[in-house]
Amino acid sequence: MSPDLAHALLFQMRRIRAVEEGVAARYPAGAMRCPVHLSTGQEAVAAGVGLALRRSDLAVSGHRAHAHYLAKGGSLPAMLAEIYGKLTGCCQGKGGSMHLIDESAGFMGSTAIVAGTVPVGVGLAYGMKLAGVDQVSCIFHGDAVVEAGVFFESASFAALKQLPVLFVCENNLYSVYSPLRVRQPPGRSIARMVTGLGVPAVSGDGNDVTSVFEMTRTAIANIRAGGGPQFLEFSTYRWREHCGPAFDNDIGYRTEDEFLEWKERDPIASFEATLTKSGLITAAEIKNMQTTIRRELESAFSFAENSPYPEPSHASTDIYATAIHPGSAPTAMRE
Amino acid sequence: MATLTFAEAINQALVQAMTQDPGVICYGLGTDDPKAIFGTTSGLKDRFGPDRVFDMPTSENAMTGIGIGAALYGLRPVMTHQRLDFALLSMDQLVNNAAKWHYMFGGARSVPMTIRMVLGRGWGQGPTHSQNLQAWFAHIPGLKVVSPSTPEDAKGLLLSSIFDPNPVVFLEHRWLHNSTGDVPEGDVRTPIGSARVARGGGDITIIAMSYLTVEALHAAKYLEPRGVDCEVLDLRSLNPIDWSAIFSSVEKTGRILVLDPGAATGSVAGEIIARVAIEHLAQLECAPARLTMPDAPEPTSFGATRGLYVRAGDVASKVLDMLGHDAGDVVSMLPEPTPHDVPGAWFKGPF
Repeated sequence: MSPDLAHALLFQMRRIRAVEEGVAARYPAGAMRCPVHLSTGQEAVAAGVGLALRRSDLAVSGHRAHAHYLAKGGSLPAMLAEIYGKLTGCCQGKGGSMHLIDESAGFMGSTAIVAGTVPVGVGLAYGMKLAGVDQVSCIFHGDAVVEAGVFFESASFAALKQLPVLFVCENNLYSVYSPLRVRQPPGRSIARMVTGLGVPAVSGDGNDVTSVFEMTRTAIANIRAGGGPQFLEFSTYRWREHCGPAFDNDIGYRTEDEFLEWKERDPIASFEATLTKSGLITAAEIKNMQTTIRRELESAFSFAENSPYPEPSHASTDIYATAIHPGSAPTAMRE
Repeated sequence: MATLTFAEAINQALVQAMTQDPGVICYGLGTDDPKAIFGTTSGLKDRFGPDRVFDMPTSENAMTGIGIGAALYGLRPVMTHQRLDFALLSMDQLVNNAAKWHYMFGGARSVPMTIRMVLGRGWGQGPTHSQNLQAWFAHIPGLKVVSPSTPEDAKGLLLSSIFDPNPVVFLEHRWLHNSTGDVPEGDVRTPIGSARVARGGGDITIIAMSYLTVEALHAAKYLEPRGVDCEVLDLRSLNPIDWSAIFSSVEKTGRILVLDPGAATGSVAGEIIARVAIEHLAQLECAPARLTMPDAPEPTSFGATRGLYVRAGDVASKVLDMLGHDAGDVVSMLPEPTPHDVPGAWFKGPF
């Protein structure tokens, strides 16, 4: 791995961690008045996939989308302002944490209904196929999505039409407080099941950013070579509660021991240790990275907190479009 | 100008739209099968190719979401359900994504998608092949809903729907597919949100929707020589509703009867009557009225559907009642046609 790539992966993971922990620290003040689903502990998947994608590739996600949006290149100030419900937010305050969009970065939207953006991502890929471009449509989702009917429908159509879709499944073992064992039959392999639908699928360690990046790069190369949709299942673990800023290992659905085991496999600490050991990064470089991230965060939180709220009249704007959005269509996006 | 059937007019609109915009795609169960959705999609695949015209898996929800994604990418999908009832499988994508996308992302991008839904009736279509749930769709901010009754408007409203920047639900009544009328050539559009005065009159305003416009005109024709002058307003658009057309007609006639092909409770007719009563009570000379389907599922049996549908006789009888006239033998003068469960004796099923 080149030092530049290694630094970029570490930087993106540290940046996502800092944002999520920054949200968690400020959330109890009550100024972020919407549900937040944090990705602390799951940074490696977003960072690895994000760096393997091109800016011209498109991505969609679900309710736990901060990391995906940031890793795809979405604007941090616009995301934080959105979580604060401000007019300067990426949805002008209409969406909040669960609805993020930054089309300039190819992040086409995240929504709050589990599996809701899966067919949307497949539809984007249908547009790509008709346009004859080599873009990829990346669909970030969790393990509960493969329980939804619309996932089976969408994956089947992607396979039928051999569409350029990259499914990225973050399997963090829980859907809210429900463990996999109450949702999926014992012994099921998500990757094997999806392969059976006609979408080649592999599983990997979602806390190993090198492996995430390499697996994603291979899958994307297959897609661009005309290999049709690919599915990646990454095992990982969210550290904080399903929704909100706290830790919830004491409420009974999972154990402190399990959490500590996963925390031992912190994707950032382990990657940083590997890089340091192999001389790919120095302590001074890490310190610089931390400073850069801290400054970006302070500025972005300040922007969000100081931005104005929309007026009450804003509640009834943009219900209907009066014209097709005049901005650049995704079809026009090229490297 | 040519005389076309309603189904041919839809076909002509699709050809027109697909010719002038390479982004228009057309799909749905049976789109390119031998029956071609009652003839409405005939010839499209040969002309525009299998990437733009295709049959689909029986996956209504995903295929709606896929249309949304394609629309976000810059295409203009037209998806067809051979019955409205099948579209219920897609309510998540339709309501949570298509209707909301433009709003919830702060106007970043809209979903220019048309969803055709065919309304079944008669010939034993029964409880799950003949529902008109138009009020559901009209209730959702972000969706537009249209329901033409003539071949000209079938073409004009379909073109307007396809080129509208928003998701539009296009409701087409199965009993209208074989009706005929003059249809202008070319890119002729009926504006969404505008009602049509199907017949001018001064005694009463009859607001009709979809196929019921046919029954309303039949009733008005019967009443004319009996000294009753009905104004028939073909609503055409259920969201947005052309309130100014409704209000100005009611101001003129002082009476309003709404014909709604859906069930009574929570109907579009209820909404129209509510707003007329709230905002124009002083102009009303008698209580508003509506004729709708009953608040019950539709049975299958030929026997059980006798007298079930709103017919010209029911309309004429209600009008006479509202004007204080004795309805007399109007129902026997305007009996339900025999057989009652088909658009005409030529219709031999199956669907």
